[in-house]
Amino acid sequence: MRYVDEYRDADKARMLAAEIAALCEPGREYKFMEVCGGHTHTIYKHGIEDYLPDNVRLVHGPGCPVCVIPMGRVDDAIHIARQPGVLMTSFGDMMRVPGSNGNFFDSNAEDTSIRMVYSPLDSLKLARQNPDRHVVFMAIGFETTAPSTAMTLLRAEQEGLDNFSVFGNHVTILPAIKAILDSPDLRLDGFLGPGHVSTVIGCRPYEFIARDYGRPVVVSGFEPLDIMQSIYLLLRQLADGRCEVENQYTRVVPWEGNTTALEAIGKTMELRPYFEWRGLGFISHSALRLRDAYGRFDAERRFDLPGVRVADPKSCQCGEVLKGVLKPWECKVFGTACTPETPIGTCMVSPEGACAAYYNFGRFNREQVREASRT
Amino acid sequence: MCLAIPGEILEILPDRPELAKVEVSGVRRNINISLLDPPPEPGTWILIHVGFALSVVDEHEARAVLEFLEGLGQNYTDEIDALHDSRIE
Repeated sequence: MRYVDEYRDADKARMLAAEIAALCEPGREYKFMEVCGGHTHTIYKHGIEDYLPDNVRLVHGPGCPVCVIPMGRVDDAIHIARQPGVLMTSFGDMMRVPGSNGNFFDSNAEDTSIRMVYSPLDSLKLARQNPDRHVVFMAIGFETTAPSTAMTLLRAEQEGLDNFSVFGNHVTILPAIKAILDSPDLRLDGFLGPGHVSTVIGCRPYEFIARDYGRPVVVSGFEPLDIMQSIYLLLRQLADGRCEVENQYTRVVPWEGNTTALEAIGKTMELRPYFEWRGLGFISHSALRLRDAYGRFDAERRFDLPGVRVADPKSCQCGEVLKGVLKPWECKVFGTACTPETPIGTCMVSPEGACAAYYNFGRFNREQVREASRT
Repeated sequence: MCLAIPGEILEILPDRPELAKVEVSGVRRNINISLLDPPPEPGTWILIHVGFALSVVDEHEARAVLEFLEGLGQNYTDEIDALHDSRIE
């Protein structure tokens, strides 16, 4: 059965590829950005680009929440972890993200306790179990993850815990997309909208991209065929002269999103005036912080943070990769000085990062394939 | 942490209606279901992200997502290992 299913899938992929090719105007270059790191993963793993005509290119966007954390925030987290009595927690993905003086593992080897947790609720449990410690949860993630932090804050309030706080680093995807659209570096023809972020925010928030920037958006699932179909839908819109937000991932994403989750975020958090994104710089209203009413759970208010801005290493080109200006293999240090074992940049650290995904699946770009087949 | 993983609800905890015992790839852990409205019944498949159910999916979709995740190899194993260490109450 499995074989038959796979065969049918490959068959469908070829059919979709033929329809995609038929929709392309000869001589026109198409560039679509996949915003989400999960999509990047599927694209590399299944070699989606090999199914596409040469004039359709996929560009990887800033949709890896670990990759966009600037080094200064890692340093701030380590600074908090060094305060007396502090037990710091974060997701496993954060542990190897380099700060200016090493990552969390390095600082643990010296004098900090930074533990990996699966969920912010596990941090809350650590706070209950360790009344003599102050437990800080370093929160990262897009709108997919922010509701979990919000619900955890509501729970901490309900329980009246006074030894728990959150070091908030939640970012919001729309201002980053807007920053990319406003950037002169890159001309894009449309977007594959993120699947899981959209289960929370729904599809309506993308409408400004279609309305104000004239670019179509298709919210897409993660299967190879989902991505192929979403590319087809983008090209169909362009061929018809339409520009809309469409939802390819209806089996998971409701148009209106998850209102309970949005309410929890709105109750506990508000937009920051600005936030630094690695590679993209400071972007207005692009991240969340705790509201005044939850100030006692805010690690940024509880601890004095150095808040020093740290420039990325000169050799690192994560910024260009995050903006889609460079493909991972075009970075000067990709696969040589920067590997998943010894990452220089965040795109190589997180499994969702474009560089790590590309490195792990060892894919060649099309030019390299052509060159290799000539020799 | 970027992954959303499918699991099947085995039971709603009798004294804690916001928590459900969920099975994910053979691992049984508590997951918070309070973001779902209406509350799901046992037997429902859900997509889970960092300890919270984000959405309800049908079994066919859940199995397709699972197959996709298993294909990710180490990234998925890391996620399941993290879940394994989780003790949400």
